[in-house]
This record gives sequence, structure tokens and C-alpha cells, in this order.
Amino acid sequence: MTCDEAQILLHALLDNELDAGHARELEAHIATCPACTAEFAAQRDMKCVLAGTTLGYSAPATLRARIEASMPQARPQPSRRSVLRGFAMGSAVSALAATGIVAVVLRQDDQQRILSEVVSAHLRSLQAGHLIDVVSTDQHTVKPWFNGKLDVAPPVIDLTAQGFTLVGGRLDYVDARAIGAVVYKRRQHIINLFVAQTASTEHRPPKTQTMQGFNCRRWGERGLNFWAVSDIGGDELTEFVDKFDAAMKANVEG
Amino acid sequence: MPVSDDFQKAQRFREAALPYLDDVYTLARYLLRDASDAEDAVQECYLRALKHFDSYRGPAMKPWLFAILRNVCNAEYARRAHSHAAIEDTPGAADQTPMWQESEASPETEVLRSRDAGAIRKMIDGLAEPFKETFVLREISNLSYREIAEAVGAPVGTVMSRLARARAMLRAAWMAEEEHSK
Ligand SMILES: [Zn+2]
Repeated sequence: MTCDEAQILLHALLDNELDAGHARELEAHIATCPACTAEFAAQRDMKCVLAGTTLGYSAPATLRARIEASMPQARPQPSRRSVLRGFAMGSAVSALAATGIVAVVLRQDDQQRILSEVVSAHLRSLQAGHLIDVVSTDQHTVKPWFNGKLDVAPPVIDLTAQGFTLVGGRLDYVDARAIGAVVYKRRQHIINLFVAQTASTEHRPPKTQTMQGFNCRRWGERGLNFWAVSDIGGDELTEFVDKFDAAMKANVEG
Repeated sequence: MPVSDDFQKAQRFREAALPYLDDVYTLARYLLRDASDAEDAVQECYLRALKHFDSYRGPAMKPWLFAILRNVCNAEYARRAHSHAAIEDTPGAADQTPMWQESEASPETEVLRSRDAGAIRKMIDGLAEPFKETFVLREISNLSYREIAEAVGAPVGTVMSRLARARAMLRAAWMAEEEHSK
């Protein structure tokens, strides 16, 4: 290693950016070179002094306010506005509590939007050639197929014995993110089980909604959000979700 | 009926980008050396970022915002009639002074006296571009080399040599100050 190289790499060492191989080489050079020893010590000292000094600036509150003001503000639709107005006039709660209500309303809206995306994805999948990326009735084939394609591979559980045949898996897109879809068949009906990772680890009990003539049962478990979508009846979809849930719990505990 | 998409997008953007406001403002202060110009640049940066938020695919929000801020600042440099100091490599700048001349002039390791933040900020302000920018991104904004390379659109090797150069210049300025105040 030359001094020119060492004089650049010593900064990478100070910044913890140097790989082990180069670090060893550099340390060996420094040990035998007084000029680089001096430069390394000098730069390390300066870095220490800098680290002990506040060199950043805080953005003025007025700047934050200007930026906030320049962004689209909440403009609730009439129906919701009347709900909020009624709420605000009909009770003496603080403005803070009112904001909490808005947050709850918006979060539900978000759920609604995602639900409609999930149903659209289900519809797309029913078009010829779009249903399945990996065709297999074997969960040990489908599950590994997802590995590396998603941050978290969805649980793939064979429910053939329980009356729901695993037919394969697919990558889909919901809410601008890639998510996994595990595909089942009940007689001639398709069930798409969409699985997405979520920051929340809380358990959300299953709930069925209908949209565009499809039943959708969604729930949250162990940091995952699930949506089961199908044109089978609500009772059958509930049965599917119950059996899936029971099998998943048995898998985790077993 | 859902609340307007614009609002939802703005809400996601707020959560993702506003936590970095101090970082973006800090970089703007160092790049523009003027509090009110920095405020304008940061506001413009956030407006543009919101506009392009749909196409944002990561990986990290901070370098992405910094890259946008840089473009805003370069436009500001162009606007400032008297300054030609855009954040570009001046041809041959790196060759004008040997990188190690400063430290080799005093090879004995002098311990720098601690200075107040104002004095150090002023010395950093005095560094030439693109070295100052690289230094601030590393030492104050805490970006990794790879993130700096991404934000400034230069190879990692270039980032490394600029950083070495910036630190050598800063240390030289620091020692010159101490010499002066003796
Ligand atoms: Zn050497």
C-alpha cells in the first residue's frame, strides 16, 4: 500500500467503512510509516473534537409551518364533514380529541382504499393466465418460491384435507407494494389469500366485508395482514379463514 | 367516499419526509451560507419532493431529499450572479494543491484546541466545493459513503478522495487559525 492510498483509506477506517482486509493492510502500513501514523492520529483527534460539537442547525418553526401550509390539507368529503361538524358541535370535547377522531376516520378510509385494491387484484387474477405464478398443490414448493421475492414470505398452508385445495402462489401489487397471494380452490371457485407485512403486531379479529360482489375477510396476526377474497358465500369464506387460522396456529405451536 | 388522494399522499409524505427537516435545513445552511436562502431552498425542496413522491421507491429518504436539495441549491448558485461556485468539480481543482502538503508542513501531531461551534461552523463554511458538501454529508448529516455517492451522483471512490481532501483542508484551516490567535 502506498502513502497516497493510505491517506485516503485512513478516513474510511475512521468512518467504519473499511472492510476487514483493507483495514489490516492499512494498519500494517500505518505501523511502519511515521507520516501516515501522524496523519491518522491528527484526523482521529479532529474527528473526536467535531463529534463533541453541535454542528447541525435546527429548522426554524416558521419554516416548518410554511412547508405544512404548502401541502394539501385535509378536505373531507361532504358526508364526512357533516359527521365531523355534528361531532364538534354536539359535544364539548377538546380540539385534540377531535383530531383523534379524524385520525380514526382516515385510517378506516385507508383500509377501505386498500380493500378496493385487494378486490381489484383478485379480479385481475381471474383473467386468463394471471392467476398463478407458481403452480403447485404442494406447500413445500409454493412457500420457497416466495423466498427472496418478498421481505417476508407468506405462510403457505395446504388445506386440501379441509376442503380447500391449494393451487399455487403469485406475486401481486397492492398499495404500491409487492405482496404475496396464495391461491386456493373450493369446487370451481377461486380464493385469493393476500398476505402483507405490517408494522403492527396486534391481533385484529377477522371481519367480512363485501365489495363489487366479492366477499373479503380480513384479519391481522403476528405482524401480517391477511385478506381472503372470493365469490364463495360469506359462511364458506369464514370457514376457510377459521381453518387457515387453526392450521397456522398448529404450525407455529407444533 | 375516500378523502382526496392528494391529501392521503401528502399525509404519507409528511410522515416520511418531515422528520428530516433539520437535516435538510442543516445541509442547506452549509451549502448556501445564508439562513433565509436556506429556508427558501428547503421549502422548494419539500415541494418538489412531494411532487415526485409517487415515483419515490427508496431506498432511504434522507439521501433522496438531499439529492433534491442539491438541485435546488445549484439553481440558486446559478441565480446568484456573482457566485460561480456550483457544486461541481472545478477542473484541476484537486491538482492545484497536493492533498498532503498541509499536514506534511507540520508532521508532529498537534492537538487541536477545542473551539466553540460557531468558530467550527465558520471554518467548515470556508471549505471549497465540492469538498465542503461531502464533508457535511459525512460528518454532520451522518450519511454512509454509499448514501453520499447516491445523493451527489458520484462514485464512492470520488466521495472518498473528496472527503480526505476536505478533512485535510479543514485541519489546515484550523491550525492556521490557532497559529494566528497565538
Ligand atoms: Zn504512509
